[in-house]
Amino acid sequence: MVGITSIGAYIPKYRLSLEEIGKMWQTKGGPGEKSVAGYDEDAVTMAVAASLDCMKRKGSQADGLYLATTTAPYKEKQSAAIVAGAVDLEKTTHTADFSNTLRAGSAAIKAAFDAVKGGSAKNVLVVASDCRTGAPKGKLEHLLGDGAAAVMIGKKNPVAIIEGVHSLYSDFTDFWRTEKDSFIQWGEGRFIEEAGYMPLMTEAMKELMEKYSFTPKDFTKAVFYAPDSRNHAGLTKALNFDKNQVQDPLFAKIGNAGTAAAMIMLVAAFEEVRPGDRILFATYGDGVDAFIFRITENISMIKREPLMKDRLDGSVPIDYGRYLLWRDLISVEASSLPERAEPSLATRWRERKIIRALYGSKCRKCGTPQIHPIGQRARVCVSCQAKDDFEDYKFSDKTGKLFTYAIDQLQPTKNPPGLNGVIDFDGGGRLICELTDYDLTQVTTGMAVEMTFRKLHQGKGIVNYFWKAKPI
Amino acid sequence: MESIKDKVAIVGMGCTRFGERWDMGVEDLLVEAAYEAFQDAGIEPKDIQAAWLGTVFSGISAMTLAPLGLQYIPITRVENMCATGSEALRGAAYAIAAGVCDIALAIGVEKLKDSGQTGVKGPAIVGDNPDGSSSIGSGYSAPASFAYLGTRYFSHYNIDRDEGKRMLAEIAVKNHLHGSLNPKAHFHNILTVEQVMKAPIVAWPLGLFDCCGVSDGAAAAIVVRADMAKSFRSDPVYIKGMAISAGARQGSMRQDYDYVHIDENVRAAQQVYAQAGVKNPRKEISCAEVHDCFTAHELIVYEDLGFSPRGGAREDIFSGTFTLKGELPINTDGGLKCFGHPLGASGLRMMYEMYLQLQGKAGPRQVRNPRLAMTHNLGGNAGAGIGCCVIVGNEK
Repeated sequence: MVGITSIGAYIPKYRLSLEEIGKMWQTKGGPGEKSVAGYDEDAVTMAVAASLDCMKRKGSQADGLYLATTTAPYKEKQSAAIVAGAVDLEKTTHTADFSNTLRAGSAAIKAAFDAVKGGSAKNVLVVASDCRTGAPKGKLEHLLGDGAAAVMIGKKNPVAIIEGVHSLYSDFTDFWRTEKDSFIQWGEGRFIEEAGYMPLMTEAMKELMEKYSFTPKDFTKAVFYAPDSRNHAGLTKALNFDKNQVQDPLFAKIGNAGTAAAMIMLVAAFEEVRPGDRILFATYGDGVDAFIFRITENISMIKREPLMKDRLDGSVPIDYGRYLLWRDLISVEASSLPERAEPSLATRWRERKIIRALYGSKCRKCGTPQIHPIGQRARVCVSCQAKDDFEDYKFSDKTGKLFTYAIDQLQPTKNPPGLNGVIDFDGGGRLICELTDYDLTQVTTGMAVEMTFRKLHQGKGIVNYFWKAKPI
Repeated sequence: MESIKDKVAIVGMGCTRFGERWDMGVEDLLVEAAYEAFQDAGIEPKDIQAAWLGTVFSGISAMTLAPLGLQYIPITRVENMCATGSEALRGAAYAIAAGVCDIALAIGVEKLKDSGQTGVKGPAIVGDNPDGSSSIGSGYSAPASFAYLGTRYFSHYNIDRDEGKRMLAEIAVKNHLHGSLNPKAHFHNILTVEQVMKAPIVAWPLGLFDCCGVSDGAAAAIVVRADMAKSFRSDPVYIKGMAISAGARQGSMRQDYDYVHIDENVRAAQQVYAQAGVKNPRKEISCAEVHDCFTAHELIVYEDLGFSPRGGAREDIFSGTFTLKGELPINTDGGLKCFGHPLGASGLRMMYEMYLQLQGKAGPRQVRNPRLAMTHNLGGNAGAGIGCCVIVGNEK
């Protein structure tokens, strides 16, 4: 049976509180906070993190990768291919971007389901990731948060099988963004609720239940998207769901994470289910996609940690100024330091193996793992000088220790000061690289780190992705 | 293999005032340094038979030396990061030793302050490709790449942060005191340890006063066959040894590198001592100019060059070993720290001071009865550097 074989999620470390936003605009901010992607993160890097989590929880490779996002870094150029490279999928993996609607995540799940069912793929990794920006001072600024979630769709030992699917489309204009808009535009709130969200969701979910002869009480969990908590509560009531059945939409912790929102909730719901349980899952955006998932005995095969709670704990508050800087919402004076060289397309192509999954080399003669960000394709071994006698050696999945570091006030970064360090990988190899997501008060030699796919400085309009170290 | 010892002599030197020379272009700096050297050697420009020009950023090829008006002689531009000035001297000295010319000019220049920028451009932002075309490497600054040494030294020798900062501060205070006695130095201010320790951090543990100046300047040397030297002057300075040791990223790629020494420095020092016949550098070297681009580097250089035992630099620093009045005065002209660091000129500027010291012409900075003096540069940084040492003496 085709179903979900693994799940994963990623929530950035940083939070902007509604109180902090309120302080800026002299309005009542209210309780709660929203997650904010770090200055070096975007929909692609978060998708990589969620995908790796999904692949780690129940060790499986994928032969398809579908990325759902409305905030792809490129208008033309596929993001799924970047993600597939970073998570090190085979070159024959079928990659596709699903975009332009918050229903893109469920569209990708549906497509993956059909592909596996039809036999054109064995395991499709579906990852949804969004990093949407509401105009400053607007309602969406309070509402939108950043995050990513992934599900693997396959046949082998599914933890949940897909029992039913139902969709309807609607050319209903509630939220939109043209190519020229910097921010999401949206219609009047009660119009969206009364003419769009409530009737469409009610209709689709009722039809789904009728189609497969279920009633609300047959579901252990109802996991559904809503633009905000008011609509979420309204739909709960309209469908006669008990509050305990309904998965917390995490608005007060994460905000509305766009295409990833419902899938993040789904990942959290999986922490609390048992074999035989049914989950009703529905997404919204230019229509509705609704699914019935039934949990199988295999649910115990999937690694439970990290729990969503673990992801939400240990978050770091940021102030409004930093939020503006990270989101490119203010212009700042250019550094008086010399500019860094712009990325070269040819160099990035030659260095693609190190950029994608941080591949270095291991000497076949002396066994030394080695990696260098410039001219990384080792030709002569740094230890024994053997020539052209290497095998590929992946560093992105290795942990390491911080051997020495510098807290760099001069580094051009949107999160000054920069932290650079010498990383000694467990199992061998050393890399000098940037660090991220650190607490400067906790940084010390010997600190354990892992690698994370992030953005470096940009230039020539290229998003310059590479790996950084972050404390474990 | 023959040693270069006593084959080549320096018979004239020149050095501009270093600093933010808004009043001078590359051509002015070159002319000023070269003509001081010509005059010092008592020669005419037409006597120069070959020239080596060192610059990192301030020009390319022989054409950079065109302002001197030398007439159709061979001119070679060299570059070896911060060891560039010493590399120009090495090229000229090797040509003399080879017997292919009798009188050669080595000159280094850097004009960093015309860029309008506060730091050093290009490869100093380590990680970018040498051709400036890329890249994916880390965007850390030059101070950060030397801060690694400080952080690790503290950790390796279990020195607490305050004590570590104080130790580095003593180096800056010393070099500023020396620089205050030098009219050609970029900076003349005397600092206290407290001032250095409280200065804004640039790249922890390095603060503002742990970093050398970004300066404009030029320096030049006239080298001749040693057997001709006395016909130019009564007090020539003889080259006793010259060594360069280039790393191959061992330090930045191999876990066995400890960041409390630099192999490139150690290897260059071993070679130069062997050439010069120096067995006990602490006793035999009278004074030295070392590459104090950052105080944390001067700290480990004391040990790399064998002036202090491993882990012993701290004690030597606090006991004043390397001050003008100390056992082994180091950076008597203020060093890169205070004289300034126009990259291509620095190696020759160091030699200028050692030349003056050996001739007894260093004025208030004069060390007592020097016999052997040493210069040391590190091009690049810890993990992938170019160590360079030169020893000169006033007796053949």
